[in-house]
Amino acid sequence: MRTVNSFIGSPIERLEDLRFLRGRGEYVDDLARPGMLHAAILRSPVAHGRIRSIDTARALTIPGVHSVITAADLGLPVPLVPMRLQPLPQFEPFAQPVLAHAKVRYVGEALAVVLAESAALAEDALEEIDVDIESLPAVPDRHASAQDHSILFEEKGSNLALKFHAVMGDATAACRDAAYTRRESFRVQRHMAMPMETRGLLAEWDAASGRLTVNGAAKVLFFNRRTLAKQMGLAEDAIDMVENDVGGGFGARGEFYPEDFLIPFAARHVGRPVKWIEDRREQLMTVNHAREHECDIEIACARDGTILALRGHAYSDVGAYMRTNGAVAARNVAQFMSGPYRIPNIDIDVALQLTNKTPVGTYRGPGRFETDFFRERLLDMAAGDLGIDRVEFRRRNLVSKAEMPYSIATITPHESKDEFDSGDYQVTLDRCLAEIGWTEKAKLQGKLVDGRYHGLGVGCFVEGGAAGPKESARLVLETDGSFTVYVGSSSVGQGLETVFAQIAADALEIPMERIRGVFHGSTSYVSDGYGAYHSRSVVMGGSAILAAAAGLRDAIRARAAQRLGCEPTAVALLDGKAQGPAGRSIALSGLAEAAISFEGSFLNKKHTYAYGAHGAHVAVDLKLGHVELVDYVAVEDCGRIINPMTLRGQVIGALVQGLGGAFLENLVYDEQGQFLTGSLADYLVPTASDFPNLRAVVLESHPSPINPLGAKGAGEGGILPVGGVIANAVANALASFGVEPRELPLSPSRIWHLVRDARNRRPAQ
Amino acid sequence: MRVQFKVNGQDVDVDAEPRLTLADCLRHRLRLTGTHVGCEHGVCGACTVIVDGAAVRSCLMLAVQADGVEVVTVEGLSHDDRLTPLQASFRKHHALQCGFCTPGMITTAHALLIEEPDCDAERVREVLSGNLCRCTGYISIVEAVLDARSAYGHEENERAKEPARGPAKDLA
Amino acid sequence: MKLPAFEYACPTRLSEAVALLAARNGDAKLIAGGQSLVPMLAFRLAAPALLVDLRKLPELRKIEISTKGVVLGSMVRWCDILAHARLGDAHPLLLAAVAHVAHYQIRNRGTIGGSIAHADPAAEIPGIVLSCEAEIATVGTAGPRVIKAADFFVGPLMTVLEPDEIIVEIRFPAWPAQRRWGFQEFARRRGDFAMAAVAVWYDQDDGGKARDAHVGAIGVGDRPQRLSAVEAVLNGRSIDDATIAQAEAAACAAVDPQADIHASADYRRALVGTMVERALKSACSGSSKS
Repeated sequence: MRTVNSFIGSPIERLEDLRFLRGRGEYVDDLARPGMLHAAILRSPVAHGRIRSIDTARALTIPGVHSVITAADLGLPVPLVPMRLQPLPQFEPFAQPVLAHAKVRYVGEALAVVLAESAALAEDALEEIDVDIESLPAVPDRHASAQDHSILFEEKGSNLALKFHAVMGDATAACRDAAYTRRESFRVQRHMAMPMETRGLLAEWDAASGRLTVNGAAKVLFFNRRTLAKQMGLAEDAIDMVENDVGGGFGARGEFYPEDFLIPFAARHVGRPVKWIEDRREQLMTVNHAREHECDIEIACARDGTILALRGHAYSDVGAYMRTNGAVAARNVAQFMSGPYRIPNIDIDVALQLTNKTPVGTYRGPGRFETDFFRERLLDMAAGDLGIDRVEFRRRNLVSKAEMPYSIATITPHESKDEFDSGDYQVTLDRCLAEIGWTEKAKLQGKLVDGRYHGLGVGCFVEGGAAGPKESARLVLETDGSFTVYVGSSSVGQGLETVFAQIAADALEIPMERIRGVFHGSTSYVSDGYGAYHSRSVVMGGSAILAAAAGLRDAIRARAAQRLGCEPTAVALLDGKAQGPAGRSIALSGLAEAAISFEGSFLNKKHTYAYGAHGAHVAVDLKLGHVELVDYVAVEDCGRIINPMTLRGQVIGALVQGLGGAFLENLVYDEQGQFLTGSLADYLVPTASDFPNLRAVVLESHPSPINPLGAKGAGEGGILPVGGVIANAVANALASFGVEPRELPLSPSRIWHLVRDARNRRPAQ
Repeated sequence: MRVQFKVNGQDVDVDAEPRLTLADCLRHRLRLTGTHVGCEHGVCGACTVIVDGAAVRSCLMLAVQADGVEVVTVEGLSHDDRLTPLQASFRKHHALQCGFCTPGMITTAHALLIEEPDCDAERVREVLSGNLCRCTGYISIVEAVLDARSAYGHEENERAKEPARGPAKDLA
Repeated sequence: MKLPAFEYACPTRLSEAVALLAARNGDAKLIAGGQSLVPMLAFRLAAPALLVDLRKLPELRKIEISTKGVVLGSMVRWCDILAHARLGDAHPLLLAAVAHVAHYQIRNRGTIGGSIAHADPAAEIPGIVLSCEAEIATVGTAGPRVIKAADFFVGPLMTVLEPDEIIVEIRFPAWPAQRRWGFQEFARRRGDFAMAAVAVWYDQDDGGKARDAHVGAIGVGDRPQRLSAVEAVLNGRSIDDATIAQAEAAACAAVDPQADIHASADYRRALVGTMVERALKSACSGSSKS
């Protein structure tokens, strides 16, 4: 790759903006097809019960209502949603049927699909369907789940799906012999990704050709196609999954949900295109929930602050079924509790407890946001007990540059070993402290200024990215001399078209304008794609583009060599021309009668580890329980920056979602498993006026050795430490009261209660 | 019911059932899909359009209530061959990622800047607090709106009522 | 969340609107700005057979300021109030409260009549109407009547309005320029419904002691409340730190809030006290900005 005038590293303005800014994006609800029917899903109003009957007779009398599909129409066995990640056999009994039959296990579970001439009529029909469900006692939380009185899957006899175990060294011995230990319990609340665009699908069945086309797919189209093909008895290549513009993903959009079978099935069943657009209440109620974890953990240290061990138990409230990636967060809670710190003895288990709530899946930094909160809180507590400065305590224990690659705890049931690839964690910590003005602001800690208590918090993190095993890209030299890029990576709004155009332009050594377009995600673009998850697109898709570019350049040289009558090695590609010996050259446009295409892949078995530190300065109004975020700095080193502008956008965007998790967002159920936060008036996400003082600094000092770009996945780092950093800052502000937050969200009511409870414990203060 | 109104300067004549919202009318009857529907209960702001000069949530307005009004959508604030100063400012500041909230941000910001070209950061944040975004974290959106103020000085606002002039940009 | 089916009428005379409501015997609803009604329809919490739109009744849009006070037609929108050149002086407490209502786009459609008729316990303007002893003038098949604010709100989303009754205007008593007032609200985020809000105002006698104190609490009961116990603390006294502390305590004792998913009952109770305290402090300092 040339190093002069490189597009990689430049803050290139985004190509996709040109359509988004003018309202010319094409999201699935923007599509229409002649003869299209609209689907509405009948959902269980009851959290746990046996289905006695579903009577659709009245609904079918409404003019414009076409039909109603229930489990009886699907044939036996009713298809199940498969697991995509960690598909362990232990999870199979807990797979979700695409339509409930026999039992319902969460409010919102799909019972039937209504098809009508309009979405409004389909919804009208829902109200006319009589559902008779015999209620069973609900399992509202992990405590009830563990008691195993009311069992979701009676044949299994238990609500415990699995336990993961992270082990390194001998934590029992280390804790027994340590000079200092502290045991604490923490909790992170249920919340979710909530992208701005809800789910949607438009499925079309062409009976003549036996082909199915599905618009509205996202994230992992090839896996979804493979799944759907099996469920519908079709060959994979009889299905086109099309990725339109996608209004946000964050892990939740694009996974295979029941509707991903139901809507295509309906299209084939009735022989007309079927469109389904999820509404916001449905999204809040049925799209993968996340984050609900508790733990009882213990840290052991030497007197000098060296961390010796971390052990304990964590509990993952996974909801009613194990869906495609429902185990990832739990596993990450155990595996990443040590974070960027050197902890030689680890023994953490995580119990996945089934409850009568919406099933969980991954949400940006799954399990990592939670476990970073647990750990960073415990670090501040330990530092305080030991009388060591909180920053110094972290410095002493951060994994050092010299220790790379650094192996982390092994997880059983077995996962491949993981290790940090490269980095200097002290540098990002230093930068963070400098940016927030830690030393200058130190004197504010715990002080009452203008009626508010001020506090500082800091936390360090690692961000795992670049999951393999593979990604593919296909580059094409068109007959007019322009280039087209096709890639198996999926866009969920993160700016892939621009970033990939930068990478491709640099790899092909052409101006960016010569790239006619970057096409992503859809199954027709590459032969074997994987998609967007675990912050992998730049590393995997970008590296695949490099492979494809190298192959395409060879193919172009070979073709040009034929025409120029020389060896391919004698051909240079410059300025839109293939130049041979003796000054002869051919323009790339018209080089060949047909386009020249090359598909390349990148295979990978290792993860990249971007890393960094965040710092926060808060001011707490005791009587309101309100926390003002006076300043917040996020520092992240991601190895190699492709586009600093879009990267900073990822960090700030992730950071604000983290603040939502720290302060506002909460998915609430009552004791009967009724879902209470089904509107945006109840599920509170940050707005423009909530957190105006945020800064992101992005660095690229330690490239990753595991991919040719040297890049590290960086879409999730911004969210990971936020809960811990905020809670530490609040604890610091309220230290004089002895307030120790152990639970999120830090709502005004919770903070007020923490202060009152602390005051009641120490009346003399 | 018959509803007659203007959208982006064009007369439209639609037969709409009373329960059809203005948002759905614009999107599905008039095929102006730039306005997005994000919640249908008046919280997220993705559906914001300008009605008789005021930014409103089109999911909370019935199409039949639009009889006789002038509606401007994001399409009406756009050109075929170039970005407007507000759009260019959004692009420059990376004030969008997935693009779903963007039309609502553009219409709201435009309505604000027409009325208050001298608004400050706090006012911008306050006005945009009714438009949810999950991708950007808002910092860049506020910066983009502030940076676009110069294009909305009082003379510019007069000129905004005519077709925009300015150098053409190569748009894909 | 498509709306359920309904018929729609847009009368050009108020009497016609009343007749349309009366003919449906409770199964028709008025639509003003729609900012509260349409979400209810979207969630199918209401499914009236007919919506009667008030938008073609210009007589409902007046804003009159006189020595008798301020009269606002029921279809006056929040943005009309905020934009009016003289309302800020004529009734600063009303303006301060309206600035807290919802968001920019909502304020361009939502109306004062719609808000009062909807009677959300956490909405600002029902609390202002109550605190200021406004009167609500209506028409119905039984003819016109004037309802005192104190009699108007009877429960959560419940008023004394008959199914065929339409709010025509809201009459605020005259507001003397020297009046002390304060408005404090705390919500989870800007524009959200209040977890608690308080409006206070009082006049002063020649000795600087408060008289005719009015204290209204929003969001801590099933409807807005006058806190007469707090008013009793204030009347006849200088509003100094000791008075304010006592008023705060009286406020906490005077309310019985419910817990919800956002806040505990104890927190809300304490919050009302804090809102009273801060509203009084801003009233005293004359910096009547919230």
